[in-house]
Amino acid sequence: MNGLNRRRVLRGMLNGTAVTVGLPLLNCFLDGNGTALASGRPMPVRFGTWFWGLGMAQSVFVPKKTGADYDLPEEIAALAPIQQHINLLTNSVAHRDTYQNLCHYTGWVINRTGAAPKDGGNIPNETIDVTIANQIGRTTRFKSLTATATGDAKVTNSYENSNTPNPPEWSPMHFYTRLFGPDFPDPNAKNFVKDPQVMVRHSVLSGVMDETKGLMQKVGYEDRQRLDQYFTGLRHLEQQFEQRLKKPEPIAACQPPGSIPGDPAMGKDEELVAERHRLMTDLMVMAIACDQTRVFNVGYSEARSATIRRGYEKPHHTTTHEEPVDQKLGYQPTASWFTRRAMESWVYFVEAFTKIPEGDGTLLDNVFIYATTDHGYARVHSLDGMPMFTAGRAGGRVKTGLHIDMKGSPGTRLGYTALRLMGVDTPSWGTNSNNTSSEVGEILV
Amino acid sequence: MSVRPSVPVPSSRKRLRAALHGSAIGLVAALALSACDPAGDTASQTPASATDLASIRAGEPQEGGAPATLRLVTTDQYVHTLSYVFGPSLDLSVSFPPLQREKGLLANSAATAGVTASQLEQFQRAAAGVAAQVVDPSRRHFIFPCEPKAEDAADAECASAFISKVGRLLYRRPLTEGELQAWIAAAGESADKLKDFYSGIAVALEGMLISPDVLFIAETAEPDPEHPGQERLDSYSLASRLSYFLWNASPDDELLQAAEGGKLQTLEGLAAEVDRMLASPRLEDGMRAFFDDMFAFAEFDSLAKDPEIYPFFTGVTLADAREQTLRTVIDHLITRNQDYRDLYTTRETFISPTLAALYKLPAKPGWTPYEFPEDSQRLGLLTQISFLAGHSHPGRSSPTARGKALREILLCQPVPAPPPNVDFSAVENPDASYPTQRDRVAVHLKNPSCAGCHKITDPMGLALENFDGAGRFRTSENGTLIDTSGSLDGIKFDSPAGLAVALHDNPALPSCLVQRLYSYGLGAPASGDDFELLDYFDARFQAIGYKLPGILRTIVLSEAFSRVEEPKAPQQTAQAD
Repeated sequence: MNGLNRRRVLRGMLNGTAVTVGLPLLNCFLDGNGTALASGRPMPVRFGTWFWGLGMAQSVFVPKKTGADYDLPEEIAALAPIQQHINLLTNSVAHRDTYQNLCHYTGWVINRTGAAPKDGGNIPNETIDVTIANQIGRTTRFKSLTATATGDAKVTNSYENSNTPNPPEWSPMHFYTRLFGPDFPDPNAKNFVKDPQVMVRHSVLSGVMDETKGLMQKVGYEDRQRLDQYFTGLRHLEQQFEQRLKKPEPIAACQPPGSIPGDPAMGKDEELVAERHRLMTDLMVMAIACDQTRVFNVGYSEARSATIRRGYEKPHHTTTHEEPVDQKLGYQPTASWFTRRAMESWVYFVEAFTKIPEGDGTLLDNVFIYATTDHGYARVHSLDGMPMFTAGRAGGRVKTGLHIDMKGSPGTRLGYTALRLMGVDTPSWGTNSNNTSSEVGEILV
Repeated sequence: MSVRPSVPVPSSRKRLRAALHGSAIGLVAALALSACDPAGDTASQTPASATDLASIRAGEPQEGGAPATLRLVTTDQYVHTLSYVFGPSLDLSVSFPPLQREKGLLANSAATAGVTASQLEQFQRAAAGVAAQVVDPSRRHFIFPCEPKAEDAADAECASAFISKVGRLLYRRPLTEGELQAWIAAAGESADKLKDFYSGIAVALEGMLISPDVLFIAETAEPDPEHPGQERLDSYSLASRLSYFLWNASPDDELLQAAEGGKLQTLEGLAAEVDRMLASPRLEDGMRAFFDDMFAFAEFDSLAKDPEIYPFFTGVTLADAREQTLRTVIDHLITRNQDYRDLYTTRETFISPTLAALYKLPAKPGWTPYEFPEDSQRLGLLTQISFLAGHSHPGRSSPTARGKALREILLCQPVPAPPPNVDFSAVENPDASYPTQRDRVAVHLKNPSCAGCHKITDPMGLALENFDGAGRFRTSENGTLIDTSGSLDGIKFDSPAGLAVALHDNPALPSCLVQRLYSYGLGAPASGDDFELLDYFDARFQAIGYKLPGILRTIVLSEAFSRVEEPKAPQQTAQAD
């Protein structure tokens, strides 16, 4: 590395020389503190969500101590390796207000949209990742990326509105191809050539936009909204094409695999779900490292999780309702087994970010991850005592390693905190009782 | 506004009664039709007679219809359409995000589904893949109506011939002059830049394939000259509605010609096209898509069994189980034009080698017809693996899930969700000895807050307990003989066969099919205002012996099918299903 300084590398790039960025990290691209790009732009802070289904069992999940160095009860014992990277928030509430408690739906919808849904098909507001993607996701190849480890193409917690889910990636192979297949604009490619095919594609898009506008004039208000959304999608496609005509800045940590093994077998067996989750996580983290997106959603299991424990006849969801509480243990053993597996996958997820060097730290320093579930105690569909996590330091603006007792305040406070951290300038978040303008100050630097 | 009951009261019976006693005219007309309607016996292939047409709309209540919609095409519709336009050899392994189920059908949400940026990106990739194949040297000669003067330059004349031909089929109407010229220009500019005529065409085709005019089916209304003050679909929109309903694909050349000439807006012209479509082998595509939707088979894409408890039950088993039911349905309802209700008692089906093991039959290669013997408890769709395993837990049967599916899917009777604060753990009380599912679910019926709904589902589900969670026949569970007695709406039985007969005779069975067909065809849930119209269709269905092609013909030839209504305010229902 000795002979390499910033000026020489940049000169090489400008002259069109093939720059092989055979990096460990090229610190010469960073400012002296390692916290910003050499151009002066700060390192981007990314936002992500993580989801697990069916909450937890309070007696073995909620630590006795709050603040730093809290105890790890048995259901979360697996979190030890990431304890210093995360915050655990317990005892928050999702208010259903005047609507009924829609089992396994109301809870997650409130923490992702800030409002209680009125029925099982209702998504009252765009989800928080969509709001944040509109703020920070417009300059990357993908505005956001969504993946599920369940293998089920319908499982997503990201919605623009009730009728417009962001469909999840459910096949690791398919996700790999979408990210790193032939269309991948490798920032570290030796040569950069403007693809003439992309140039002409780009120009044809304006014709499609004209047709969209034409059609918009012929339809009613609601369909016009749908076409307007379509138009926005075309705009994004246009931006993607434009980006592919510009040489991307090299990114040291961007080292996608040349291929991946095939998809795990279909199925909801916990081992298969965990394997799919590992593959999805690795791909997602690399996509972020390569700055293909700055907003991401990963679901380990779904609300009303259908994950299976081998040899046990009922899936996770049915287990939470039908398994008796073991009087000696004080909880439902198999239901807790499922939660423990979810926590192990959460560990894998967070650790994956620590394995990518960035600046003088890791990728985890520059992300903020918001992890939620559908219930507190799933057995009785409770909407109080709900657990949440955060991970990452959001570019140095967030403290980690804390257990915070939310003391029955709305879980939407954490969503509001996330929005503020990501630069969404809003005086409050949420509707009716879930409305809040109170950040979770304990985690802010 | 009258609201159709959404709780399981015997609404269909009431409707049927009304049909039998009240609307005498409709029934007479229907009976007259059954005597002369060729669709009553075989899929209609002969031109409609004048008598037939005179009676076809007699007695139809002046209600029903749907707003003009903007429907997102599904993966299958896209694939069927492109295979028709460019030939079946195209590799169309595209997969668009699934729709959400609304009021019993995925199709109902196509008219409200939005498209995200990420979805559009997938459409674009699919379009690029298709366009590259279309202009590939191995295919282009079959697809292009002309050859360019030179391959390395634009050729507006040949581009125009290709784009107008293909555009009309993709847009389901002729392109406007403006659209045509814009795409010719796009192809020309791209050809010049890429120095290749075919690459230029590919780029234009890619653009057309992501045009909202192609990915959405936009219906247009026009004033109805026969009913001043009312609106109907214009010819092209009607052609699309017919074609997506009956074939699950966009209109073919002939149907578009009928639309172009105004033929579709005359009853004779419409009937001629409908009869042609009903007689076409493509009806099978359409009805496969419909029953796949109605039976909620899309759920199978994410269904899995416990590999330890049912190690033999794999994704292949599920796919074959789905296919078995669809084959049975198509053979019974279309190929042989039999009574819809008999689907639930027929012993005839098809078996694949994978399924043979579960049915304990000798395996033969491929799909082979099979008839279960008279003394078998296998009869009708309820005793097929798709229903039994599809509505069970991963590792055991579920009388409740099966009963709920029977109610919601086959009888159109939504079952309320369980209350949020119920403790179900008594169901698995380890202190009690509950050898069979009947013992376990009995707990539901003892608890008053559970019993209300479980009475709706469990008594019929329990009659299927002779089949385990994978659909295999059994007579005992944990060493205890299984009791398969049960009831459905007051009819008692003591075996799966008894349940099959009770379902066969339940008046909600055929009326549920009618309701789903009507809703699927119009692309919107049936509204509470369509009460009498559905009664009328029910009576016609009965009069023609519950034959599918016949009721399809009645629905698509009705005035309601092309009547355009103002969008209604969203309905309040007890539960979204």
